[in-house]
Amino acid sequence: MTVRSDGLKAVWRRPGGRAGAAFLGFLVLLAWLGPLALPDPFRQFDLVELADAPPSADHPFGTDQLSRDVLSRVVSGARISLAVAALTVALSVTLGAAVGLVAGYWGGAVDAVIMRLVDGALAVPRLFLLLLVLALSDRVPLAVLIILMGATGWFATSRLVRAEVLRLRTEAFVQAAEALGASRRRVIFRHLLVNAAGPLLVAATLGVGDVILLEAGLSFLGLGVQPPTPSWGGMIMDGRPVLESAPWVGIFPGVAITLTVLATNLVGDALRDVLDPRSA
Amino acid sequence: MNRVLEVRDLRISFPGADGHRFHPVDGVTFDLIRGETLALVGESGSGKSLTSLALLRLIPPPGRIDAGSVIRLGETDVLALEGEALRRIRGRRIGMIFQDPMTSLNPVFTVGDQIAEGVRAHLPVSRSEARDRARALLQEVGIPDPAGRLKAYPHQLSGGMRQRVMIAIALAAEPEILVADEPTTALDVTVQAQILEVLDQLRRSRGMAVLLITHDLGIVAGRADRVAVMYAGQIVEEAPTAELFARPSHPYTQGLFASVPRITGPRTRLIPIGGTVPPPTAWPSGCRFRPRCPKAFAKSELAPELMPVGPDHRMRCWLAETGGTDG
Repeated sequence: MTVRSDGLKAVWRRPGGRAGAAFLGFLVLLAWLGPLALPDPFRQFDLVELADAPPSADHPFGTDQLSRDVLSRVVSGARISLAVAALTVALSVTLGAAVGLVAGYWGGAVDAVIMRLVDGALAVPRLFLLLLVLALSDRVPLAVLIILMGATGWFATSRLVRAEVLRLRTEAFVQAAEALGASRRRVIFRHLLVNAAGPLLVAATLGVGDVILLEAGLSFLGLGVQPPTPSWGGMIMDGRPVLESAPWVGIFPGVAITLTVLATNLVGDALRDVLDPRSA
Repeated sequence: MNRVLEVRDLRISFPGADGHRFHPVDGVTFDLIRGETLALVGESGSGKSLTSLALLRLIPPPGRIDAGSVIRLGETDVLALEGEALRRIRGRRIGMIFQDPMTSLNPVFTVGDQIAEGVRAHLPVSRSEARDRARALLQEVGIPDPAGRLKAYPHQLSGGMRQRVMIAIALAAEPEILVADEPTTALDVTVQAQILEVLDQLRRSRGMAVLLITHDLGIVAGRADRVAVMYAGQIVEEAPTAELFARPSHPYTQGLFASVPRITGPRTRLIPIGGTVPPPTAWPSGCRFRPRCPKAFAKSELAPELMPVGPDHRMRCWLAETGGTDG
């Protein structure tokens, strides 16, 4: 029985947290195992007979213009969206934690310079920054997309971690550790970072939803995940011209985005209630 | 004489609003002898906690220890140390326990982890050896079922237990000096006595010197060998405990005793000391107790030094010259 497992149980006890966690669990399983049981998402069944076919027993979510199975593509898109979101958030949380720790621990001029730069970066809309970079290059590989989104997503996290570190530095147990000869590295990683983990986890969870939306938006604009790789945003773009005649092409990926973002936000809010009593 | 710590003319300054630096600790001098308990007694704001932090160079910036101050640990000049050398005296030569055991332990690690961390910060032992030592230390500070408690998180322990754990951590690297800054203030009275007893046993069994920082004269009696009374950033009286209790000489010390209720003897009115402790930004000129002192006289306009009033008994008051401090 540890502090952490208590926290996870408390999330599960909240209706919102439970619904969100259950949906995300289901989605991860589906993204992992679903493709084994579903048709190949790239397969074009019959361009003449099955283009934009409505939902049927063979294709529960219908097919798109290229007669590909929409359910298969939504499930494969979940793989892409979840993986991209997880890697992006891992990168941005690492960067944000590192910068926040440095600024908060060293303070003074280091802190002032870093935080003014972060203030400046926060003043630039992330979407425009990404659009600018992506529009100037053609066909961005997935890895570069992840790095770009991660590298522009840590500013708020660094402020959060810095604030936590400033608070923790005055805690008696940090002073006690210093008084007993703990090295700087131990103080930073064991006493400051681990105790800032709660708010950091909340920010990371909520960040996953943001990144899924961001990636969908970029893909919708044709600047994110490149076709034919299935992505939810890209599928909505595919469905846009046929929204009236074949609404299932765009609606199902749209519902997937909405439910997934809603689920991550529910889990994030439940975590916040449990781990971060000050903002509850 | 087996001196383990020598503090000479310690001055600590902070920048004030007017640009001048003020001195919350202003010329503190004392020695600590192997195996003794020295109590540093004073009200909040007297500078006693800053004095203890200075021993480990833990004065929070922008505060600093002024040039001319001396802190010697045996042969080691503490004020000349930097970086890794400084880290190696913290916990290794001087162990420290703090006032509030509820917040002095890291909430997310087990007690065993935290004691082992203290061991491994200074001694070249393996993880499992550190764990064995942690168990032995818990036993030494009187925690029942030490093997089981190693796995406990701080929030699962009572205040008294946590303070015992803090003591175990402070002793992890076998320091020769233990600084206890108000170790029992946050605990209830019965637990206070137990913690003081644990400290006393450890002092005897390990031959440690203990610097006991407190505002409470009650816990000094019977625990400390010597007492130094601090007022306004200076030591104003210093004597063996029995001597101080028998013949408090400085008017401030006398005032402290007069304001403490006694269980035995005739009931008398408690007499508070008039006025309040001056802020460190505005120490009075001359004798710093002069504005509140019922015995102030013309010479109090000049700042007195510590002067002898008996064997090993000194005070910072001009009355020491005439010997007329009673009544």
